[in-house]
Amino acid sequence: METLVALMVGALVAAAVYLMLARNVLRFLFGLILISNAANLLIFASGGLTPESPPLIEYGAAAPPEGVANALPQALVLTAIVIGFGLFAFALVLVYRGYQNLGTLDSDEMRLAEPEERA
Amino acid sequence: MTPAILLPLPLILPFATAVLAFLFRRNREGRWISVTGAALMLLAGIALLARVLAEGPIAAQMGDWPAPFGITLVADTLSAVMVVITGITALAVAVYAAADITAEMEEQGYHALFQVLIAGVCGAFLTGDLFNLYVWFEVMLISSFGLLVMGGKRIQLDAGIKYVTLNLISTILFLSGIGLLYGVTGTLNLADLHFAVQDADPGLVTVIAAMFLVGFGVKAAVFPLFFWLPAAYHAPSFSVSAVFAGLLTKVGVYALMRMFTLVFTQDVAFTHGLLLWIAVLTMITGVLGAAAQSDFRRILSFHIVSQIGYMVLGLALLTPLALMGAVFYLVHHIIVKANLFLVSGVANRIAGGTDIERIGGLYKGAPLLSLLFLIPAFSLAGFPPLSGFWAKYVLVKASLDLQLWWVAAAALAVGLMTIYSMTKIWGRAFWAPHPTGALPRLSSLPLGDRMALLLPIAAMATLTVVIGLFPEPFVQVATRAADELLDPTAYIAAVLGDRS
Repeated sequence: METLVALMVGALVAAAVYLMLARNVLRFLFGLILISNAANLLIFASGGLTPESPPLIEYGAAAPPEGVANALPQALVLTAIVIGFGLFAFALVLVYRGYQNLGTLDSDEMRLAEPEERA
Repeated sequence: MTPAILLPLPLILPFATAVLAFLFRRNREGRWISVTGAALMLLAGIALLARVLAEGPIAAQMGDWPAPFGITLVADTLSAVMVVITGITALAVAVYAAADITAEMEEQGYHALFQVLIAGVCGAFLTGDLFNLYVWFEVMLISSFGLLVMGGKRIQLDAGIKYVTLNLISTILFLSGIGLLYGVTGTLNLADLHFAVQDADPGLVTVIAAMFLVGFGVKAAVFPLFFWLPAAYHAPSFSVSAVFAGLLTKVGVYALMRMFTLVFTQDVAFTHGLLLWIAVLTMITGVLGAAAQSDFRRILSFHIVSQIGYMVLGLALLTPLALMGAVFYLVHHIIVKANLFLVSGVANRIAGGTDIERIGGLYKGAPLLSLLFLIPAFSLAGFPPLSGFWAKYVLVKASLDLQLWWVAAAALAVGLMTIYSMTKIWGRAFWAPHPTGALPRLSSLPLGDRMALLLPIAAMATLTVVIGLFPEPFVQVATRAADELLDPTAYIAAVLGDRS
């Protein structure tokens, strides 16, 4: 199971890097979404994918019994998904506003903040 | 006050201020909420530092879950010093913003975002576990995104796209590193990791260390990952770029210092050897970039890059003296750099621009401002007796102690080049007459604005001079911070209690 997920993470990262090498900012963003999902899967897999019982603690006990799944990676991934979602929503709106105002999605044509050096 | 109150206070105060400032954003007096909040946060930081200096590192477990399972807040000397310096910068910029930020930006919630940014920075300094460090980085990032594009000028959108995308990549690398480190060691508490990595496969840990190096390296703007910085820091309003220049990259440096003294010390020859090369190349490329620019703020932005190199150099050498120099440099740099950006804002207001080819006459028209520029500029370049001289002197001495002649030579040469680009600003913007013949005068500003703009600049310049003339107490605190970094026993004992 871990091997399968690891291969999927690899495939996602490869696709993401391919997309991010594009000059089109929108393609770059799609690549970013892919690679961020790859990172989430990576955390999930590195916590161990165990087909065990859910991590429920009996009433009155301080710790779960032996042989339950690790709940921490799920908590971490959930946080990371929420944060990532917020950031992408912002980035998408920013690129849209940029497209409206700058009239281009080509990163090579965005030279306002980094003007060409005057000879 | 118990640590359980003292430690979260520098986080709660800015968050509370942010909520209040947001509620009163349509009220012109809302800005004084921001100033009061920053002042209270500074006081909380000073109380924290006093406590840490008296008792050594302190820690608090949020929600009473024992470490390493719960969320830990921890402050050693370095964290406490950073919180205090954050408070100083926040207060100075909050006062400055009263005259610099337009009513339109205030209505969009500038003060609330600014306070959230400060909370994020303090959180990153105080957190004791890696995943929370990630969360605080995100708090800091999302508010900085908002501040960067606020106002919506075309140049800001362009700069924003570059800043946002490159920072997101670094965040994802950092997050992947966290995932892998958790997979290898089974813990994310920094103090616990100190032991856990020693049992792990050293090869794997070194790979993960390299991922963290790249992730934090982007945030700290080291060579060759710094290109987003000079593309972004000159675009937003002057208050925003001052707080970015002072604090944001320094959080990256802090994270590097924390991780590469507390956790990743299992293969010093590789990791810190790499850091040494990065440090020297960062110093040199940054200062060469600055020499090629003609915009006031872009010159200063490239200087941030070269100065980051000095701090990373202190970390890379990893001797008590070098680390002391890095901590001292960090504090000195935040004050000086934020101040220079504030000066550039006043120059823009009275001379009508930041392109040094198109302005001039500032010395003739505004001699006071010129003096206030010269103090931080000389300090940055390392003239005695200002604070930058001691910071550079210590780092050069530390490299000479290790027989690294070429490193010391590079550090000195970069200092000389810094003077060159500072004289460029001085010669064109201050000394030469204004190209249109106009005479920029401070008296052209309303009295209230003049006070709000010049008071923070003068206060920070005074602080630079005080550090320079009486370096002894500052050196002592920095030495203590360095000792704690090199021997984290007290830090670990504070976090883990008896378990260590």
